[in-house]
Amino acid sequence: MTLAAIDWGFILTQSVTQAFDFNAVVYALAAIGLNVHFGYAGLLNFGQVGFVAMGAYGMGLSITLWQLNPFLAVVVGMIFAAIFALILGLPTLRLRSDYLAIVTIAAAEIVRLIARSTVMRPITRGAEGLNEFIGPFRDLSPFSASEIYGLGPIEWRGSQFFAVVVGWILVGLSLLLVAQLMRSPWGRVVKAIREDEDAARALGKNAYWYKLQALILGGVIGGLGGMVQALGNATVQPDFFVAPLTFFFWLVLILGGVGKVWAPVFGAVVYWFMITFIQNTGRQLVDEGLIPTSIMDTSQIDQIRFWIVGAALALLMVFRPQGFFGSREEMALDAR
Amino acid sequence: MTPAEQLAEVAPEPGVSKPDPILVVDDVTRAFGGLKAVDVDHLEVQRGVITALIGPNGAGKTTFFNLLTGFDQPDSGNAVFDGEVASGRSSHELARKGMVRTFQLTKALTKLPVIENMKLGATHQRGEHFFAALLSPLWSAQEKEIESRADALLERFKLDHMRDEYAGTMSGGQRKLLEMARSLMADPRLVMLDEPMAGVNPALTQSLLEHVKSLRNEGITVMFVEHDMDVVRDISDWVVVMAEGRIIAEGPPDTIGSNQQVIDAYLGSHHDSALDLDADVLGGEQS
Repeated sequence: MTLAAIDWGFILTQSVTQAFDFNAVVYALAAIGLNVHFGYAGLLNFGQVGFVAMGAYGMGLSITLWQLNPFLAVVVGMIFAAIFALILGLPTLRLRSDYLAIVTIAAAEIVRLIARSTVMRPITRGAEGLNEFIGPFRDLSPFSASEIYGLGPIEWRGSQFFAVVVGWILVGLSLLLVAQLMRSPWGRVVKAIREDEDAARALGKNAYWYKLQALILGGVIGGLGGMVQALGNATVQPDFFVAPLTFFFWLVLILGGVGKVWAPVFGAVVYWFMITFIQNTGRQLVDEGLIPTSIMDTSQIDQIRFWIVGAALALLMVFRPQGFFGSREEMALDAR
Repeated sequence: MTPAEQLAEVAPEPGVSKPDPILVVDDVTRAFGGLKAVDVDHLEVQRGVITALIGPNGAGKTTFFNLLTGFDQPDSGNAVFDGEVASGRSSHELARKGMVRTFQLTKALTKLPVIENMKLGATHQRGEHFFAALLSPLWSAQEKEIESRADALLERFKLDHMRDEYAGTMSGGQRKLLEMARSLMADPRLVMLDEPMAGVNPALTQSLLEHVKSLRNEGITVMFVEHDMDVVRDISDWVVVMAEGRIIAEGPPDTIGSNQQVIDAYLGSHHDSALDLDADVLGGEQS
């Protein structure tokens, strides 16, 4: 019963690996998309997981159904996400921002339920999901599926390392894209619409059209996240895309800081580090008897880690409401 | 003959035609449920002068403004702005055509720096197109030119010391100045000011008035809603009076106060003395 028995090296290795694994990439991409929506254009999207699902299904179906080549499949995934943005945006973006929020949360669930329905089974394979799309991507991978790759103690199997590498490249490209757009006059219009849509319209800007563009852009970036998920897990299953996932993307965005280009990436890395760290530490504490099983057993750690993350987030909101990289000065302007 | 001199020969009656109108409105109506908020038979706004739009609370001035600027669409009727049909157009189209408005409650973009607020005002920016925005060389030269224009305007409006501050840190009066300066970035031909003096510290009122007059001197037509009769008398060349959605009187500012229709509208029809139009009688509409 000593703290010395805890294998900190193992815990840290696990935590750092997870912090940079493809799951963190999925969260990062989804949150970059949300940042375009909420942080820059002021759009309340509570259905980002729907865009992620559209990206994943678009890419998967291109191969299982239409036998397209992998590069085209990625393009189709992006088109799926863009079409989803049009469906949501065209009717709602003329209305007040809360209408988009209502529609997105429902639409994301509709996507999942349609994908897993028996009617769609011949196309989407229902709840079982798409699995046979991975072959062409494996063929593209320069890494041998069974070998181990990585830096020092941080290791991935070749099959997943491909998703990790592709994923971080996509994160890098998305950040460059968003950074360039937000320093351009296009970004100025989008930010102006976030601040006051009527003011932008009075100065000759077509607010509706810019909001639609922003919704598509953020949705497509979220769709890329879905594709990285598909590559990493080698499957596209409808029940991965559950509604609560959207709120984890929001958590990651708020943790990093809303309206800062690379903050969502930081948020995703910190989130996955924390979750893994708490889980592994908790497990070892129970195993070593430092936490008696009358308080908590190892099967309960999965839930309790979210309590702790929730409490940490609540504290963050009290002491640093702008997130890690957000601007307190900008935040204070809202209170005036 | 200056536009103001031309106006002197126009008869002071509602719906009278002007020698050189920039805006012509016909049979514009807008109802909210059973209430007819605006019902204007005919109105012409003379080019190159300052026209004030006054009227008691609830007269429909702001609704009329919204209809003219595309922020609301009329149930019937049409408007022609500088020879082009304006009714049915959206607000951003009208702004691009040169009809730019400001708001009663200022709309400074609080979390953007003052200079970015200004640069937003410029129309036809190449970098505002999504794909062009990705390539800085396509728009950086235009951006520089816009920035120097913005800096010149900030200096003229004495806001250059605030250039890099967030607009949200400005006082109410400074925001009014910023909004006016920003609207000039769009190269407007007609500026529509919705209560430009509301909520402005008296020390700044005089400077705001001078800026409004300077717009006219540059050949920009100005139409504004105002409650303060001192302001209306001081800067306007022509006054249009609305009551219950209709235009009940028009005329030069020095005679409008003795118009029986106007007196009735403000004080009720049984009042028999000439109306002393001051801020106490007319002031205080804040919605």
